[in-house]
Amino acid sequence: MGGIPHDHYEPKSGIEKWVDSRLPVIGLLYDTLMIPTPKNLNWMWIWGIVLTFTLALQIITGIVLVMHYTPHVDMAFASVEHIMRDVNGGHMIRYFHMNGASLFFVAVYAHMFRGLYYGSYKAPREITWIIGMLIFLLMMGTAFMGYVLPWGQMSFHGTAVITGLFGAIPFIGEALQTWLLGASAVGQPALNRFFSLHYLLPFVIAGLVIVHIWAFHTTGNNNPTGVEVRRTSKADAEKDTLPFWPYFVIKDLFALAVILAVFMAVVGFMPNYLGHPDNYVEANALVTPSHIVPEWYFLPFYAILRAFDNTVWVVIFAEWISFGIIDAKFFGVLAMFGAIAVMALVPWLDTSSVRSGRYRPMFKWWFAVLVVDFVVLMWAGAMPAEGIYPIIALIGATYWFAYFLVILPLLGVIEKPMTPPATIEDDFNAHYGSKAASGETVASPAE
Amino acid sequence: MFRKLTLTAATALGLSTGAAFAAGDAHVEDFDFSFEGPFGAYDQNQLQRGLQVYTEVCSACHGLKFVAFRTLADEGGPHLPEEQMRAYAEFYEVFDETLFDGEGDFRPATPADKFPESALATAPDLSLMAKARAGFHGPYGTGISQFVNGMGGPEYIASLLTGYEEAPSCAPDDFAGHYNTAFAAGGYPEECLYEDGSHKYPGSWIAMAPPLYDGQLTFNDDHANDLEHVSEDIAAFLMWTAEPKMMARKQAGLTGVIFLTALSVLLYLTNKRLWAPHKTAAKRKD
Repeated sequence: MGGIPHDHYEPKSGIEKWVDSRLPVIGLLYDTLMIPTPKNLNWMWIWGIVLTFTLALQIITGIVLVMHYTPHVDMAFASVEHIMRDVNGGHMIRYFHMNGASLFFVAVYAHMFRGLYYGSYKAPREITWIIGMLIFLLMMGTAFMGYVLPWGQMSFHGTAVITGLFGAIPFIGEALQTWLLGASAVGQPALNRFFSLHYLLPFVIAGLVIVHIWAFHTTGNNNPTGVEVRRTSKADAEKDTLPFWPYFVIKDLFALAVILAVFMAVVGFMPNYLGHPDNYVEANALVTPSHIVPEWYFLPFYAILRAFDNTVWVVIFAEWISFGIIDAKFFGVLAMFGAIAVMALVPWLDTSSVRSGRYRPMFKWWFAVLVVDFVVLMWAGAMPAEGIYPIIALIGATYWFAYFLVILPLLGVIEKPMTPPATIEDDFNAHYGSKAASGETVASPAE
Repeated sequence: MFRKLTLTAATALGLSTGAAFAAGDAHVEDFDFSFEGPFGAYDQNQLQRGLQVYTEVCSACHGLKFVAFRTLADEGGPHLPEEQMRAYAEFYEVFDETLFDGEGDFRPATPADKFPESALATAPDLSLMAKARAGFHGPYGTGISQFVNGMGGPEYIASLLTGYEEAPSCAPDDFAGHYNTAFAAGGYPEECLYEDGSHKYPGSWIAMAPPLYDGQLTFNDDHANDLEHVSEDIAAFLMWTAEPKMMARKQAGLTGVIFLTALSVLLYLTNKRLWAPHKTAAKRKD
């Protein structure tokens, strides 16, 4: 791993030399684990570990669940009940897996908003960000397909709604939807392929996670100041950093243990809190649930999808200019994927010369509104599409796009940022130094 | 910053409350069940009474196709003595495909068999009813209250069973079904709608006739057998059929929380000690 100057692995014993000359795997692990990490990282830098752990948790519990699950429309629901009742510890494994998906998204949203606030997406970390967005997309696909597998009412009708989105694409939509489902409607072919992909994609995610880590180990971590580690010499770099092991491993494990204690309380005491009761009713094509609501982590994007109905002038205009090819439904689909696309493009939309939001007085407020906007969209997505809710969703969706497409590019021009500290060391010392501790502005006489 | 995002997560968790109760303007009473809250446990006697209610009343039409007879003897459930459970299973006849050279025939059930499916096509299976109805968000859909008040399913069942009332006078005499204040998904006579389409009275008309009434059953333990108590008993039993491992789950949850909390404390102290020299150095340099 290039980048920040630090000590590299030197094989000492005979065996180590023997292995290292054939496969430098010990050196790879050593360099990965001992990577110099900015010592001023705050508690928002713990989510990576949480996410890595959750991916492992999902894969391991998932593999065990597959041993007892039957991907057949007549047997899937009963096989899940078999897991819940007859398999030793099966109820815990399934509840871990079910709630693990929610933990995954709590962590990924925290991780993403961390990146958005501290400018972690900016040069030279664009590829890390893009890979992260790919992982996010795959996570959403995997979570959606996993939700189909218990073959409950929400599984079935949710699948119909979501694959219906692809049906909204002009000309090829219907054929595409049939191709995705393997039939003209949701049934056995869809269940089989979703099962196959739900097993495959987590391993693709795991591969991308390695690339994600590789990318940011090449550029070095961002940090709350956004100031780069000094690379002028090893001595300088060591003033700004501490090795990942043990300093950040222990810190992150502490955070992970706290989060897992909360997770355990949810799994143990209210495991169905984030689920939907209708999914404990076996799928029935003839009975449609009164409200088809996606899982909570899809709600912000679901709200954006529904926000653009055919009463919105942009939609009417798009339909007119495209001779009716882009109708309201397709516009909604474009908006939903667009909402993620603009996030992926943020490295090039943010024009500010200062990386961290900490030193951007105007940006801070717009960012805070974005966080609130995300929550409002999530809430609006859970509400029925009637009355005031579509209007709220439309305002929320508009702000989402405005933030990325208008506010961020403009802020870089009109905002006058503050001066970040010269080095990470300065920031660390200011935080833990005696001045910060005593709250005095006068230099302390000691030393 | 961190605080802001924690808030986001917390709000996100509180958000899922939405849809569950949105369906109806029906009335669900908040009954107190012994198994609510992190330390709540099934009342074994209540589950046995509930089993009796199921056997004598519900099973005439409804099934419990996911529940095996052997689980009636499980700890953390009705916990029937082994012989009693076997004798109970033999009451039922199940269809066995392997008998008669593959033609199949009926035989008395064994502990490994499951309860029969519903006898009536229109009567839903009750195995999972307590989890499939009324939302997971507490009796009034108040989000986090599930932690303390339980998930609301058994409340819904007990409310439904006690929710039969005389039909409002606006309804035509021949309107199909029985008026029930807790049932949201049934038919509703046009005559009882306001002009804007909203309902004048809570609930709707359900196909099932009132199945329970005061003094219908007698319990071995001489427990009260009025409608409300019997409804609570069957609701508790159906919570058990829906979530038979609840006791094991809560115990695992509690053990997990205690161990992880202890681990957090140890890691916190380790982390503090690990970083201390660097933080002290920062103080000196400053």
